[in-house]
Formats: sequence, structure tokens, C-alpha cells
Amino acid sequence: MNDELSYLAARAARGLVSRRAFLGRAAALGVGAVLANGMLATASRAAGPKKGGTLTMGLGGGESTNSLDPALAASQVPFMYLMTAGDRLTDMSPTGEVMPRMAEKVGASADAKVWTFTLRKGMKFHNGAPVTAADVVATMERHSDKNSKSGALGIMTGIESIKANGDDVVFTLTSANADFSALMSDYHLIIQPGGGKDKPDAGIFSGPYKIKSNEPGVRIVLEKFADYWDDSRGHFDTIEMLVINDATARNAALQSGQVQMINSVDPKVADLLKRAPGVTVDAAAGRGHYVFIMRCNVAPFDNNDLRMALKLAIDREEMVKKILNGYGSVGNDFPINAAYPLFDASIPQRKYDPEQAAHYYKKSGHSGPIVLETADGAFPGAVDAAALFQQSAKKAGIDLQIKRDPNDGYWTDVWNKRPFCASYWGGRPVQDQMYSTAYLSTADWNDTAFKDKHFDEIILKARGELDVTKRKALYHDAAMLVRDTGGAIVPMFNDFISAYNDKVAGWSDNANQDMMNGLAGVLTWQA
Amino acid sequence: MHPVLKLITQRIALGILLLLAASVLIFVGTQILPGDVAQAILGQSATPLAVANLRKAMGLNDPAYVRYFHWLFAAMHGDLGHSLTNGADVATDMTGRMLNTLFLAGTAAVIAVPTAILLGLIAVRYQGRWPDKVITGVTLATVSVPEFLLGYILMFFFAVKFRVAPSVAMINESMSLGAKLHAIMLPVAVMVLVVLGHMMRMTRAAILNVMQSAYIETAELKGVRPFLVIFRHAFPNAISPVVNVVMINLAYLVVGVVVVEVVFVYPGMGQYLVDHVAKRDVPVVQACGLVFAAVYILLNMLADVISILANPRLRHPK
Repeated sequence: MNDELSYLAARAARGLVSRRAFLGRAAALGVGAVLANGMLATASRAAGPKKGGTLTMGLGGGESTNSLDPALAASQVPFMYLMTAGDRLTDMSPTGEVMPRMAEKVGASADAKVWTFTLRKGMKFHNGAPVTAADVVATMERHSDKNSKSGALGIMTGIESIKANGDDVVFTLTSANADFSALMSDYHLIIQPGGGKDKPDAGIFSGPYKIKSNEPGVRIVLEKFADYWDDSRGHFDTIEMLVINDATARNAALQSGQVQMINSVDPKVADLLKRAPGVTVDAAAGRGHYVFIMRCNVAPFDNNDLRMALKLAIDREEMVKKILNGYGSVGNDFPINAAYPLFDASIPQRKYDPEQAAHYYKKSGHSGPIVLETADGAFPGAVDAAALFQQSAKKAGIDLQIKRDPNDGYWTDVWNKRPFCASYWGGRPVQDQMYSTAYLSTADWNDTAFKDKHFDEIILKARGELDVTKRKALYHDAAMLVRDTGGAIVPMFNDFISAYNDKVAGWSDNANQDMMNGLAGVLTWQA
Repeated sequence: MHPVLKLITQRIALGILLLLAASVLIFVGTQILPGDVAQAILGQSATPLAVANLRKAMGLNDPAYVRYFHWLFAAMHGDLGHSLTNGADVATDMTGRMLNTLFLAGTAAVIAVPTAILLGLIAVRYQGRWPDKVITGVTLATVSVPEFLLGYILMFFFAVKFRVAPSVAMINESMSLGAKLHAIMLPVAVMVLVVLGHMMRMTRAAILNVMQSAYIETAELKGVRPFLVIFRHAFPNAISPVVNVVMINLAYLVVGVVVVEVVFVYPGMGQYLVDHVAKRDVPVVQACGLVFAAVYILLNMLADVISILANPRLRHPK
């Protein structure tokens, strides 16, 4: 009896037998509806993803200048095809834990200075060559070379030596880093044969899809790599990525069914797109955030009372509502939110308080207008956000003047140079990386010129601390210092908004990056 | 030397001179773009060290005039250099894009030019009556609507609502001619609508101008059918201004439709140029500028030559 029912449940789960017919058959065999329904649900999960079919994605953020060299990847389309075609040593789970990927085992010495990654056996590159520890070593050497143009160069500093030892790759660091295994999940650090030293843009990787054709900035076609080791990834036979940079054209392509999945939906139209038949709009809370940057070493921003006045004079709720259309969450003047591991939710939320702002403003002794620079390209809606800030600051008696700069040269001439300007940060996999990139005194991109010895000590201590409780306490202290004495006003964290139609199943959110951390093609299947 | 030949030779020489002048302008233009190329490529996420490394690798430290002559001589030999951002050979990359653009522009032209002239003739035939008013009014409306809006309107109705045409006009080499034509339906429609008005109105005005002549009256008096009077007697004498405006519109179809290409995601020159301008990819921008300038100059030269040939006084000198 059970055999027959299991067989029927499996068939029902695949849609070969209707649910009603299955329940009827179960009743005939003397099995109650509750038990039978339970069997059906289990069988559905066990039936799992359907194999085969083609997925067509319409993606913004691609240019004809894109290269297949992972070191040079910086925009969304390269990120997507690299995550689809390539594989990394580790992966980040949706909740921020480090997951094994090409390394089946990761071990750290007690002082977090020596890290050993044991490679899985039987992995192959798309050209048929086996993946060896030497390939991994060569890849990491290429990205950590002083003259490298790699986008991962910043996270690869502090490596003293990289050695292969059988199936093990051993990294020795110059100073302790408890997050090192998380950093290895960076999308630039895709393993290439020979490290890609001979031909960095050969497009040969070891991921679930191989690149079949590549027209940069137009269309990338990937097909299933038959020798991929993990059956739980790569369900479609073919993935086609069309580069559609125009947001309206992207929406139209999804609505007309020409593509099944799109990225970067404008928050202003997300609610309208939701109404289209068969379309699901997905907003995933991410780590990217928008900032107004005050340089702490330039007058008048060298005065913490003035900085505090401005922090209190911004209406974060209003910004989330008007700039992000609700697709985001309020910031708290430090670059970390609940999407990060070890986030401390007990830190009180800073609110708009014109009276307190006026109090601090008076205390600072500053008078006269304050110039805030912004540009369309600083972040989506940056000019409008500056206007909102101007209005809310006015109620506190602070005269903000907005200077709108051209997008051309904004990142060269304004950001990280001018005393007060709008900007954005993409998320980083771990807190340490965010702080080390933009808040340590020694960081190249310390755009707020925040220099605090005590803060530096906390971050370096936390980096080497393997005890989670102690680490969390250290990050609490660091957050409080940035929040109360730093130069960043963080009004909001933006969601990643993507959309897909009813031909796609298996979508799940991942806070690390856009489009299920770039794995949307690899993890979803044909509905 | 036959005066026509002399005139044509003069035009060609002038064209080459113009092209050289354009090359100087293009080069100077790309030099005064704000922002640093290396910084633009690396974006916000650029460390000073990475910028310095990239600048050195791209040879940005040579003086400008040296780079101009290097570039000009190489370009004369068909070598347009390598893209700064992805290292690809510009000439190879551009050929495919150029062919795509010519395919789109050509299809649009094949439809637009005869339609415009025919509509112009009809408008003249029924001058001041309702067919004239409808044709002039509708074409004026389509010219006045910005291209991207026209594109979105067509996309909304024909791709999203009725689903008869694709909204993404992406073509590739493996597609058959029929599939390609199907894919580019909407952008072609937009481009036809955009250039139709200008050409049609010019045809109408030029013919109306000729219609006042005595020989037209003669033709009418001897009883030739009104449409034949226009087509046989008036139109040939109005060819010169019509050809000029047709050529300007053809040039516009090739170089001026960047927005249409972007909206319909068509892999042509426009999109290619926009991407590379955003990345300060100077060799590509210069090459595109040069090719666009050449297209304009060539088509205008062609218009001049046709006008000359269409003028009997120049064709048969005494």
C-alpha cells in the first residue's frame, strides 16, 4: 500500500497525476486526507527543481567594455555571469554564514593567522582540466599582486604567503583575520586554470555553466556544464543574459514575456510592475546604503557638534518613503544593518529631531550656509534626497545650500575630496571589510576622513577575535563610535529589487548581493 | 576636363579636408573631457595605486600632439587601436556594430524614403485639401514627439499589450533574415516615423515651388493628368533640394539614433559609443567619431554630386 501511495505522491508532485486524483486514491486505500496531503508536500520537495529549459534574463549594468577577466569586474552584468560560470572557495549563506564551496573544509589556526582550505576532489574546469591547488594558488597570487588591477586587491592585502600542499591551500596572513574565509567568497576571486595568468579573459572557469558566446554589453549565452560536481546548482540547460540598460525597456521585456527575470527595478515603478499579470516583484533587504559624507578634518565639519546637528536634522523615515518608495530601511549613521552577521540590534535608532539639532547647531557656534554637493549619479534620487535634507534642516535653523555637480568626474573631483557630498556604498560580506574599507584611519577610501585611534584598535582587535560574543561586543563599540562621532550621515539602506515571471520557480532572497547574490540563474528552475 | 568631373573632384577633395578637420576636433574633444580615464574605468572603487598602475599601462603620460599623429597614421592604415577598457581590437568590434547599424538604418531608409516622396507627391496633388492636411498634420506630430517616447508608446502597445512585436530588438549572426526583420520591427517603425515628416515636407515644398513655373501650366493646359504633371514635370526639377534633405536624414538614421538603439537594446554603433564614452574609452570614442563624421561627409558629398548631375546646365555645358 505504502509503495503505491509513495509512487502516486511522487507522480502527483511532478504534475503527472492531479492532486485530487491522488487524494481520492489515498482515501480508497484507507489513508486520511491530512496524512495524504503531508505525503504530497514531502514528495513535492523531494521532486525538487525541474531540470532543463532556457532562462532569459534582462539585466541592467552591462557595457560593451565588459571583460571576462574576473579581476576587472565592477558592474552588475559581469557580476552575474561570473557568479553563474565561476566558482569560489567559499560562499555566503543568506544569513551571512560562510559556506563551503570549492573548499570542502576550511580551518584556521588558533591565532586566525594561518588558514587552510581543503579542496573538494573531482572538480573540473570547463576545458576538462582538473582543478588543482596550484590553480587556486595562482589565482590568488594574481589578485594579490601589488600591480594588479583587480577589484579584490583591497581585500587581498595582508597575505604573507600562499602555498599548495596536496589538496590543501594554505594562506599565511601578516595579521590575524577571523573573516578571511568570508573574504574568499568575493566574486572577483573566481578560480581560473593557471590563475588566469596567461589569458585572464579566456572565460574558462569551474562553475555550473560554461560560457558559450559572449558579446560584451549585448548578450551572453551560457550552457550547462555537464561535469559540474554539485547537482543542486544549475537546473536550466541554457541561460541567456540580455543586457538591457534602459529601465523601461527592461520592464517591457519582462511584461511581454521576452525575458523571465530582470534586475534593478526602479523603486518608483516597482508597485506598478507588481500589477502586471504573472509578474512577481521581489525586494531583498541588502547592505548597500546611501550616505552624506562630511569630512571630519575640514572646517566646519571638524566640529562634532555640527556633525551631530546635521545627523539630527535629517528625516530618515521620509527619505525611505519618498526616495526609495518604501523599498529600503532607515540607516543609523553607521554602515552596518541587520543584514550583516554580528549586527547589534540594541543600538538605539537616531531620529529626526529639529529641536535637538538646533541645540547642537547653536552649540557648534557655526553660522552661515553649509554647502552640500550632489549629483544624479551619486545615488538614484540623490538630488531629490538633498532637497529633502535641505527642507528638514531648515526647520532646525540650518541653512543647507545644494550644489548640483555633473555626473562626469563626480567620483574623481567631488567624492573623497569635497567636504560635504552625497555618495553610496555597496554592501560588503562582513562588518570588518566595511569598516576597513571606509573607516580605518589608514583606508584609501576613508571618505569621511574619520581618524580615531581607539576605533582602529577596536577594529583590528575584532578582526583577530575568533570568539563570537567578544567580537559582537567589539563591533557594538565600533558602531557607537562611528554613529556618534563619525562623519557619515546614513539616511537609508536600499533594497535590491528584482522581478521575475511565473515561468521561474525557486527564488529565495540573499542579503549579500543583488539577484540572490548573483546566483539567480544557478539556483532557480523552470516552473 | 569636363566641368562635372572637375566639380566632383573638388567635392571629394573638400570632403577629405573636412574629414581631417573633423579628426582634429574629435581628438581635441576627447582630450578636454572632464575626469581621468583611469579613474573613470575604475569608478568609485579605485585606489590611488590602481589608478596610477592603469595610467601607466595605458600610455596616458605622453603629450597630446604625439598621440594625435600616432593615432591619425594608424587610422589611415585601418588600425583604430585597442579598446582601453577591454583590450579588444576596435576595428573588429566596430565592424559588426556598424553592419548592424547600417542594417537597421538601411531597412528604415528603404521604407521611409519612397513613402516620404510618395506622400509628398500626394500632398501636392491635393494641396490644401484634406489628404494634404492629414499627411502634413500626422507627419508633423511624429516628428515632434521625441524618439524615445515614440519608442515607449509603440513598445507599450505592440510588445506589452498586443504582443505582436518584440520589445528587445536584439539580433545576432545566427538569426535568419526573416527573424532579424521581425526583431527590428519596432525600432524601424520609430525611425521611419521620425524621418518621414522632414523628408515629406521638403518634397512638398520643393515641388510646390516648381509648380508655379510656366512649363507646368503648359503641361496642365495640354491636358496631362494632374498626378503625372507632378511626377514627370515638377518632381525631376525639384530633385536637388529633395536629395539634400534625404541624405541628411539618411545620415541621421546612421548617427543620430543612439536613443532608439538604447531603448530597443539594439547592438549598433549608438549603444557602443555611449558605453565607451561613459568609460572614457578614448580610442573607441575617437574611432566612432571618425566613422560618424565620414558617414555624414560621404552622404552630403553624394547629395552634392547627385544635385550636380541632376542639373542639366551643369551636365551639358556650352
